[in-house]
Amino acid sequence: MSIMLPAPRPELALGLDCPLTVLDVDGTRVPSEVLDPHLSDIDEHALTNLYVDMVRVRRLDVEAFALTRQGHLVLWPPLLGQEAAQVGPARALGDKDWVFGSYREHGFALLRGADMGEFSRIWKAYAHSGWDPQEIRMAPSQIIIGAQSLHGVGYAMAAKMDGADEVALTAFGDGATSEGDVNEALVWAASFQAPVVFLCQNNQYAISEPVGLQSGVPLALRPTGFGIPSMRVDGNDVLAMHAAARIAFDRARTGGGPTFIEAVTYRRGPHTTTDDPKRYRDEAEVEAWTAKDPIERVERALERMGANMEAVRAEAKIRADQLAKEFRAACEHAEPPAPDEIFDNVYTQPSKRLERQRLEHRAFVSSIEAKA
Amino acid sequence: MTETMTMAKAINAALADGLDGDDRVLLMGEDIGKLGGVFRVTDGLQDRFGPQRVIDTPLAESAIIGTAIGMTYRDFRVVAEIQFDGFIYPAFDQIVAQVAKLHYRSQGRVKMPLTIRVPFGGAIGSVEHHSESPESYFAHTAGLRVVTASTPQEAYSTLRAAIQSDDPVLFFEPKGKYYTKGEVDRSIVRDLETATIVASGRDVTIAAYGPTVDTALRAAIAAADEGIEVEVIDLRSISPLDVDTVVASVQRTGRLIVTHEAPAESSVSSELIASVAERAFAHLEAAPERVTGYDTPYPPSAVEHDYLPSLDRLLDAVDRTLGRRNSRTDLDYAAVTGAATTAGAAR
Repeated sequence: MSIMLPAPRPELALGLDCPLTVLDVDGTRVPSEVLDPHLSDIDEHALTNLYVDMVRVRRLDVEAFALTRQGHLVLWPPLLGQEAAQVGPARALGDKDWVFGSYREHGFALLRGADMGEFSRIWKAYAHSGWDPQEIRMAPSQIIIGAQSLHGVGYAMAAKMDGADEVALTAFGDGATSEGDVNEALVWAASFQAPVVFLCQNNQYAISEPVGLQSGVPLALRPTGFGIPSMRVDGNDVLAMHAAARIAFDRARTGGGPTFIEAVTYRRGPHTTTDDPKRYRDEAEVEAWTAKDPIERVERALERMGANMEAVRAEAKIRADQLAKEFRAACEHAEPPAPDEIFDNVYTQPSKRLERQRLEHRAFVSSIEAKA
Repeated sequence: MTETMTMAKAINAALADGLDGDDRVLLMGEDIGKLGGVFRVTDGLQDRFGPQRVIDTPLAESAIIGTAIGMTYRDFRVVAEIQFDGFIYPAFDQIVAQVAKLHYRSQGRVKMPLTIRVPFGGAIGSVEHHSESPESYFAHTAGLRVVTASTPQEAYSTLRAAIQSDDPVLFFEPKGKYYTKGEVDRSIVRDLETATIVASGRDVTIAAYGPTVDTALRAAIAAADEGIEVEVIDLRSISPLDVDTVVASVQRTGRLIVTHEAPAESSVSSELIASVAERAFAHLEAAPERVTGYDTPYPPSAVEHDYLPSLDRLLDAVDRTLGRRNSRTDLDYAAVTGAATTAGAAR
C-alpha cells in the first residue's frame, strides 16, 4: 500500500464554528453552500416522509419508556431529542449498506425494518439481539462503548476488497470518541481508505459526564488529525443530517474513503430508565434544547411550504399509534426463552461439555418439579 | 506423502493451503507481509497471494480483531496474527466480548469463522512480554475454541482445521518449537477437540500441551529406564478439554500429572484435575500433581529455566505420585510449606 495522506488540515472539518444547518428553529430554510446541492430533490413530499419517520421513532421511544415504567421492559435507553440525527442518515442509506450501531439506535432499527416484536425482546431481557443482522443489514446492537466502530471499518474494508457498492455506517456517542477502539477505527479507515461513515451522535452526555470531559476541542476536529474529512452538523435538523450523510455516502461510494459526521444534538431523557439526570444537569438546559426540537422544526417548515398540516399530523399520528400498539402487544405477549436455550448457540456444533450441563440442569429441574 | 519440515514451515504450509483452498480466507497482522512475520512463519505468502489477502496492518491489536469481525459479516474467514503472546491484551475485549459472543448473542445468525494465531511460551531467552502463556484467559471464555500443537504435523493439521471451523479458534503456537523438524503429511486435517495418547504406559499419566509435550515424552523415556511406565497425553485442545481421554487413562494408571508453562492458579491444570476428581475420584491412587510455571509474572529469561517445567521437575513429580524418594520428601516438604506430603501409596 502506498497512500500518502495530506497533513492534518483544519479545513477538512466543516461547521466547526457553527454546526451546518439548513432548517432554522422557526422552520425557515437557511442557505448552505455545503448541504444545499445535496437536497435539490427534497420536496414537500420527501420532507413529509422524514417527518412521519421522526414521529414514528419518537412514538416508539415514548411507548417503550412507558412500557419500562409499567414493568414490561427491564430497561430502555431513550433517544428523545435525537430523532433527526438518526432518521436523516438512516434515510440516506442504500438497501445494501450496513449499520453498526450502539444500543440507542432504535431509529435505525425501525427504519432498517427490524420486526418490533423481536426487537422488544432485547429490552425484555429475553434475547441479546433483536433482529436478523443479514436480513436488515444491521449488526446486533452493541453495549461495549465504541467496539462496533471497528466492525464497521472491517466490513467496509471487505466490501472494498469485493468491489461491492456498499458503505458501512457506524454510529456511536460522544463518550465513545475517548475509547481506543474508535481511535483505532479512525486510523484503519484512513490507512485502508475504507468506505465507512462515522456517525457520532454528540448528545452532550456520556451518562453523567459532559462532553467537555471527553474532549477539549469539537469532536469533529479530531478526525482531521487522522486525515479524515469531517462535518459538524446540527443534529436536530433532519435535512442537514440527511444531506451530510449523502455527502459522506457519495464520497465512500466513489472511492473517497471515510467521513466523520458529528451530529450536535441532545439527549433530553435519562441515559436509561435507571438514570437520574437531575443529579448532573439543570432543567433549564433541557428546556433550551426542547426549544430546538427536531420534529416541531419540520412542522414549521412544512407549514411554510404550504402543506396541509392537519392532514399530515393526522396521518403521522395514525401510523405512530399503530406502531405503538403493535409494539405494546408484542411486549405483552412475548414468550420468554426456555431455560434450555441457555445452552444453545455457544458454538456452531454441539459441545459435549455443554450437553452434559444441559442434561444436569434438566435433571435438577425435573427433580424439583417431581417433588412439587 | 510426507515432507520433513520445521513447525514454522508447517504452519506456513497450512496457511498457504488454507489460502489456496478458499478464496475467502485472508491473513492479517503486523509485519506478516513483506517481512514474512517476525518468526518468518508467513514468509513468501504475500508474494504468492498478494497484499489484498496477506495484509500488513497498523499496530493496533484490538483493531486487528475488530476489523476481522466486520469482515466475517461479508463471509471472509480471517486468520489474524497477534505477534507475541504478551501483545494480545489490547485485543482482549474484542476477543472475549465480541468474537466469543456474537454467535450466541445473535441466536446463531452470525458465525465467527476467525482464527487467531498466537505464538506463545518461553525458553527463547527474550525480554519481557515475549514468553507468556495466556491461554487460560481464553479457555475460561465460552464460545472460543483454544487449541495448541506439539509437532510440525500437529501444527499443520490443527491449523487447517481451525481455518475451516465456523467457530472462532485461538491457535497457540509453541514458538520455542518453531524450528524443530518433523515429518508432515499435508493430507491430514485433524479435529479441534480430541486429545491424543502419544506414549502408552500403566503407571502414571502425564497430560501436556504445546511445548511441554516434548518434555513429557522425554520424561517417559527417562522413567522407563527405572521401570516406570508413563502414559503421555497431548491434550491438543484446551477448550474444549477432552476430559474423557484423560479420565480413561487415569482409570488405568491411577495417577495424574498435568504440566504446562502457564502459572498454576486457575489454569488448565486446575480445570483438568478438578474434572478428573469429579469423574474418576475412586480411581486415584495418589493426589494429582502439577508441574507448571510458578504463580509469578514471567521472570527475566536469564532464570526462565528455573521457572519453566523441566524434565527433572516432571520426573520429581512422577516420583511423588509413586511415593518414591523425591525432592519434597527429602526437604521435609510438610515442614516447609505446612502441607501434607502428596506421596501416595508406595510401590
